[in-house]
Amino acid sequence: MSTDIFFYLFAAITAGSALAVVLCKNTVAAALSLLVSLVGVAALFILLDAFLLAALMVFVYAGAVVALFLFIVMLIDTYGGTRKPFKKGTIVASGFALALLVTGLATLAQRGALATPEFAGNAAPLVPVGASLRAYGEQLFTTYLLPVQIVGFLLLIAMLGVIVLSKKFEGLEDVK
Amino acid sequence: MAVIQVERKPLSLLERTYIPQIVGGLRTTLRHFFKPNVTLQYPEQRPEISKNYRGVPTLVMDPNGREKCVSCQLCEFVCPPKAIRITPGEIAADSPNAHVEKAPQAFDIDMLRCIYCGLCQEVCPEEAIWLQNQFSMSGYTRAEMVNNKAKLYELGGTLPDPHLKWDHKKAAAEHGNGH
Amino acid sequence: MDFSFYFDLPLWLRLVLQGTAVILVLFPIAAACSMAERKISAWLQGRPGPNRTLPPLLAWVPGIWVLQKLGIFQLAADGGKFVFKEDPVPGHVNKLYFIAAPILAMIPALTTVVVVPFGAYLDSAGKIVPLVLANVDIGLLAVFAVSSLGVYAVILAGWASNSKYPFLGGVRASAQLISYELSMTLSVLPVFLWINAPGGQGTLSLFDVVQFQSQPGFWGGAWFVFTMPLSAFIFLVALFAETNRQPFDMPESESDLVGGFHTEYGAFKWSLFFVAEYCHMVIGSAVFILLFFGGWNPLPWVTLTDTVQALAHIIPVATHPLFMGILGISIFLVKICFSIFFFMWVRWTLPRFRYDQVMNIGWKQLLPLSIANLIAYTIGIALLQK
Ligand code: SF4
Ligand code: SF4
Repeated sequence: MSTDIFFYLFAAITAGSALAVVLCKNTVAAALSLLVSLVGVAALFILLDAFLLAALMVFVYAGAVVALFLFIVMLIDTYGGTRKPFKKGTIVASGFALALLVTGLATLAQRGALATPEFAGNAAPLVPVGASLRAYGEQLFTTYLLPVQIVGFLLLIAMLGVIVLSKKFEGLEDVK
Repeated sequence: MAVIQVERKPLSLLERTYIPQIVGGLRTTLRHFFKPNVTLQYPEQRPEISKNYRGVPTLVMDPNGREKCVSCQLCEFVCPPKAIRITPGEIAADSPNAHVEKAPQAFDIDMLRCIYCGLCQEVCPEEAIWLQNQFSMSGYTRAEMVNNKAKLYELGGTLPDPHLKWDHKKAAAEHGNGH
Repeated sequence: MDFSFYFDLPLWLRLVLQGTAVILVLFPIAAACSMAERKISAWLQGRPGPNRTLPPLLAWVPGIWVLQKLGIFQLAADGGKFVFKEDPVPGHVNKLYFIAAPILAMIPALTTVVVVPFGAYLDSAGKIVPLVLANVDIGLLAVFAVSSLGVYAVILAGWASNSKYPFLGGVRASAQLISYELSMTLSVLPVFLWINAPGGQGTLSLFDVVQFQSQPGFWGGAWFVFTMPLSAFIFLVALFAETNRQPFDMPESESDLVGGFHTEYGAFKWSLFFVAEYCHMVIGSAVFILLFFGGWNPLPWVTLTDTVQALAHIIPVATHPLFMGILGISIFLVKICFSIFFFMWVRWTLPRFRYDQVMNIGWKQLLPLSIANLIAYTIGIALLQK
């Protein structure tokens, strides 16, 4: 089946470049691997007939976010920096994350497949939600309204944080 | 002198959008688009060159077709970058101009060296070398850039100079009062 | 004439043929743009421009001087030169990325054309069918998505060149393109709010936008440039910035960055960047025309279908799909040519902005303006469509 071949191809590209993001010493190369990985994910979406999600993925993440990454990476010039040894907390946290991942994968292998998630309202959606604008929008504003609001709120907080961090409070004596 | 303070007017809202200015600019450029060209088709059409222009140094003849240069070599000595090389020669005894005695056998100006300073023209006692309105010199080899005598006369042409001092001298000598 | 044999071909073969045809048209247009650029600059500056090149073999052809004066052979000579010239790769560059950058520039430039419709015809049932490689529902989003990848070519070129000027060009490009992408996206939203009436299927297809502009009646036939002039203006300004055209050509900016991101490039790789830039220009103009200038409709309130039906009284073949398709494509191409002329016209009219001005215009003027525009139209449309 050609779809299967494409799936394995793009899955390999996605996973491989995701690995390269972590392993590349050169930050620009790492950011570019991230780009390839994101495009690979978009391709997987296309295989699932979720064209809208694919386009959004490329537009937002590959088109804008990674470009910003590159912009920052180039501005702060990360060549030749010596890496500090890992802190203890980091090691513990990553060990914990690894354990979680392994458990998850083991469970998956044991069960043989992921449980099909229940879609709200209709038992078997024929058109994937990510394919048409209308379906996607409707889901966003009905079923997933709360998560969307929460994520939006998080982003707002992050933005405020950036403003606070980057602004110099010159008028305030006590802050100094 | 009175100093006039000019009030700098704040830009109006319309001016701050740039749009009227941009439209005005576009109109100006569009007008130029339809105007006739101001350029010349160079090698075929040549620009008018002023009479005072001092271009490539050339050698000139007098109205009787005698070469004016007497190969005194003053220009060769004065030329700052040593662009001129002259081989002096005798004028044959049977020539009508035999009384002038000398004329250059060879006369080369290396245009890769010449700096168009005009000193050769200034120093020449015979008014034989002139910087004229030839402004374009080009060639494919170094050798092509050296103007030899024939080329120099071809570029130079005739100087419409009515004095003809050597002819007067000859006439005077024939009347017996030459010194 | 019967074209059913064409539709009997396997789908993949038809797609390959159509794709090749489109690229074969797009590529020469992009190349011709480079000559148009030189000629139009020349004419705007009161000089004739390249008008001498003529292959001696063709000199006997009567009337060939017209082509000679238009610089057509100069174009061919330049193209040939790019192919045969030595292609230098400086020693200090990052080879892999240095070579990948111009290729990366070409990919988005040629991919976006897939979802751009360029004409329409009436099929035998009297239904209007778009001429497009892939008539997908998310048309405009796909154009935006793919063309936003074009920035990586510039960034990569700047970074891989490993020298100061290209690097600055690359950094500028990344900041500028992101800044203007926002306003561009926001400026087209009113158009889609307007055409997606409540209860409809919801579409981002460019073909539907054109169809919406070719309805009967005063409001139906009005191009969006009349109903949404501010959106059109914002889109146009952002388009100039996105295609790196003057007055926004920060990444190149010859006066302060030598050649910008392509300073270290030469010969064929350099020319790839330029073909890509012109492709972006062509596609950008095409999208602009589809959105705001009625696509292949010849005049506002006069649709292609009307024209063809009026012509059918004079020449009976007018309603033939082939004739109608070619007519539509020609009208569309004429509009694109004018738009490209406008790009070049502006180039020789406005001085280049300073970098901080570019950022100011993008973030402090264009973005608030486009947000205000969006809100105003949202309220207006909500009231109108209630
Ligand atoms: S050109 Fe004049 S200065 Fe030079 S050698 Fe001849 S006569 Fe003398
Ligand atoms: S113009 Fe000056 S440099 Fe040229 S030949 Fe005469 S003296 Fe020499």
